[in-house]
Amino acid sequence: MTAPLLEAQGVTMRFGGVTAVNSVNFALREMELRCLIGPNGAGKSTFFKMLTGQLRPSAGRILLRGRDITGAEPYRIARLGVGIKTQVPNVFDGLSVQENVFVAAARRGSASQARRITAATLERLRLTAIAGRLVGQLAHGQRQWVEVATVLAQEPELVLLDEPAAGMTHEEVLRTAELIREINQTHALIVVEHDMQFIRMIARTVTVFNQGSILVEDDVERVLANAAVRDVYLGKQAA
Amino acid sequence: MALTGLILFNVANSIAVLVLLSLGLGVIYGMMKIINLAHGEFLMLGAYTTVVSTNAGLNLWVAMLIAAPVAVGLFGLLVERLFIRFLYGRMIDTMLATWGLSLAVIGLITTIFGNTVRGVAAPFGGFAIGGYQTSLYSLFVIAVAAVMAAGLWLVLRFTRFGLIVRATMQNPNMAAALGAPPPQIYMVTFALGSALAGLAGGVLAPVSGVSPVMGSAFIARAFITVLGGGPAIVTGTGLASTLFGGISEVATFLTTPVFGQVALLLAALIMIRILPQGITGRLLRRSL
Amino acid sequence: MTGWASFVAMVAAGLALLFGLPMVFDLFGLLQMTVFVAMAVLALSQGFIWGYGGVMSFGQTAFFGLGGYTYAVAVLNMGDSTVPVLLSVLVPTLFAALLGYFMFYGRISDAYIGVITLTVTVILFNVVNSTAGDFYTIGNAALGGFNGMPSVPPLNVPGDPSSPLDPEQTWYAAMGALILVYVLLRMILASRFGRVVVAIRENETRAQLLGYDTRLYKLVVFAIGGGIAGLGGCLYTNWGSFISPTVFGLAASAQVLIYVLVGGLGTLLGPILGAFGIQYLISLIGTQEAVNANLVLGAILVVFVLLVPQGVVPVVRGLFRRVPNGRRGRVAEAAVVEP
Repeated sequence: MTAPLLEAQGVTMRFGGVTAVNSVNFALREMELRCLIGPNGAGKSTFFKMLTGQLRPSAGRILLRGRDITGAEPYRIARLGVGIKTQVPNVFDGLSVQENVFVAAARRGSASQARRITAATLERLRLTAIAGRLVGQLAHGQRQWVEVATVLAQEPELVLLDEPAAGMTHEEVLRTAELIREINQTHALIVVEHDMQFIRMIARTVTVFNQGSILVEDDVERVLANAAVRDVYLGKQAA
Repeated sequence: MALTGLILFNVANSIAVLVLLSLGLGVIYGMMKIINLAHGEFLMLGAYTTVVSTNAGLNLWVAMLIAAPVAVGLFGLLVERLFIRFLYGRMIDTMLATWGLSLAVIGLITTIFGNTVRGVAAPFGGFAIGGYQTSLYSLFVIAVAAVMAAGLWLVLRFTRFGLIVRATMQNPNMAAALGAPPPQIYMVTFALGSALAGLAGGVLAPVSGVSPVMGSAFIARAFITVLGGGPAIVTGTGLASTLFGGISEVATFLTTPVFGQVALLLAALIMIRILPQGITGRLLRRSL
Repeated sequence: MTGWASFVAMVAAGLALLFGLPMVFDLFGLLQMTVFVAMAVLALSQGFIWGYGGVMSFGQTAFFGLGGYTYAVAVLNMGDSTVPVLLSVLVPTLFAALLGYFMFYGRISDAYIGVITLTVTVILFNVVNSTAGDFYTIGNAALGGFNGMPSVPPLNVPGDPSSPLDPEQTWYAAMGALILVYVLLRMILASRFGRVVVAIRENETRAQLLGYDTRLYKLVVFAIGGGIAGLGGCLYTNWGSFISPTVFGLAASAQVLIYVLVGGLGTLLGPILGAFGIQYLISLIGTQEAVNANLVLGAILVVFVLLVPQGVVPVVRGLFRRVPNGRRGRVAEAAVVEP
């Protein structure tokens, strides 16, 4: 049994009197693909923000390959190999698609290496045709792809995707699922999603968040058949 | 002993001046998140109103305590209607536009009154602390600052207007849902802040030379105090005035006024490194 | 135009002015152009850190004035102007780095950065203004308070203080410096560092999440801008053999912003043209009594912020380059890395 890639121990985030994430214990193996689901406000995005250093947990520890990264600067965590696509597309609107990806690829290695990674990533995400367009002028779905491209171009060890399929057409959703499986050939991933169909397409293990805590963590079919999970989604347990 | 008394008196005066200088700016910034770069010129207009209306035969007290705030308050209202309201939510653009206003007002006043320093004789005489002679007017300045801060606090805390303003600060949409349209609140707030600046300009007119560029002598201190104070208008401005007024007065006493200014700047820089959100951004967050 | 073509065209135009203007202008005209050039260098520093770095400095004149005073003090003490010129760049660079450390590592917002930089320049004004008297003397150099420092020795042939540059040679030095700064900035912007700088302006969070320490990048941008502004201050002091605290004043700081805003944010050509245009306008206003320069400048600033926020150069470019999509906001326009 090797050490997990990512481990959260008793991670808690309080905003004033509200506890958004309440002592969550979470572990992800190397090369694992994990889906996080849960109703709005369950604490998924807050959890992601703590994993990437955008928020410092009120309590608890976060370990990446055994190394404590709790509350480290976002750029340090990124350098340790964590890449994230955020919920709201977080891209460089005033730069072209190609420049967006180049900036991501250029952090390490030589310029020619960065150009090679950029070209390969654009090809992989089928963005080559629009490489020269300003990202701010693209449709929502395309902007999401650009963001995924920047995440991949930084060659992370762990990829976090916050609602990668939101606002996409059916075809784009299928392509996203395919891409996630492809990324998973070489990387570990955590994917936050609402779309159950999408979850079925990609998931093996699912973690369900509710009211800041982990409700269940199990195989996808068992989770989706779980009565408590259904209740959460149908709002019976909302009180 | 007398020396200590004198120093304490000067520190109190220095704090009071900072409160006067910054309260109007603080009201506008705290409630509307607008940094009015023409604040110094609003003070200057208050001072000019006092000079002009006393020269026209108006009683000095009426001129500084009533004419100055009313005139500058109305001017603020006009400015808000003419262009500030088009720039809500665009903080940097508002700063640039108010800076343009600042230059234009300096230019206008220079054109009308010339680039000369005028003065108003300070009323009262002096009084002695031990063997040291000092000005009674400073005591009046301290009193005005205290009344202004206390009055604003009471208005915010106990009146319906204060309640609406506080609600708007917390959440403009919520306040709108309660039947207080934010545009009107902003308009009134801007006018109130302007009036406070006018009052301060009037009260400080006798102790500072009145000239078109007098605003720039005040503006740095006012900004430092408001940013240092943080979100709570009265408490923040009061605490920051005390801190910075004390530091600069003590540094001035120990060295020269030049180093007093330098000490003020250094204190402000260290402060933004330690408390980037200002004093009340971290401490006493629930105060006003 | 592609990046290279526009770059070559700009440098060619600069060289044409460098050698052409002495033939066209008399000595007075050339002197006036020399001070315009000093202002254009200052404008480039503001245009670089604001338009590309997204750093909202309202007090570039702090570094300009510091450069000017550093040159004056150093040259009065050293005689030869070579080291003082270097110091006039170095001292403001270091001061900007120090100030930048407090601001960027304190993570304050853009608006606060504007206020702090403004405050710094105003305080420098107040401080230098009150340095009259013998107490405030650095070596041979008396700071002179509000009277400023007269009779500052001009630039000389490097290493030979006995051969000062004449006005025409000073023009070559100043215009040469402007071209050099322009080339330097173009190179920076074309580099990987420059790409990241523009990316940070576009979305700081994203840049952090990609592993860039954005605080450090902004600090370096700010320090470079400080150094360039210092060079402008050195040229300015040279032009008049004189410097006074007004260089730190609020009106001066506003002027720099007006150059950039009028010329065009997110371009390098815009600030240069803005500096020339506004300085020319000020010199015109100076010849008459009726209208006050501050009044005109203030009105220009308000009008541009409200009506032409993207500035003249981008608007003119937009007329020539038809863009199918209607999105011509400041962000989209400013992003293009061009002169």
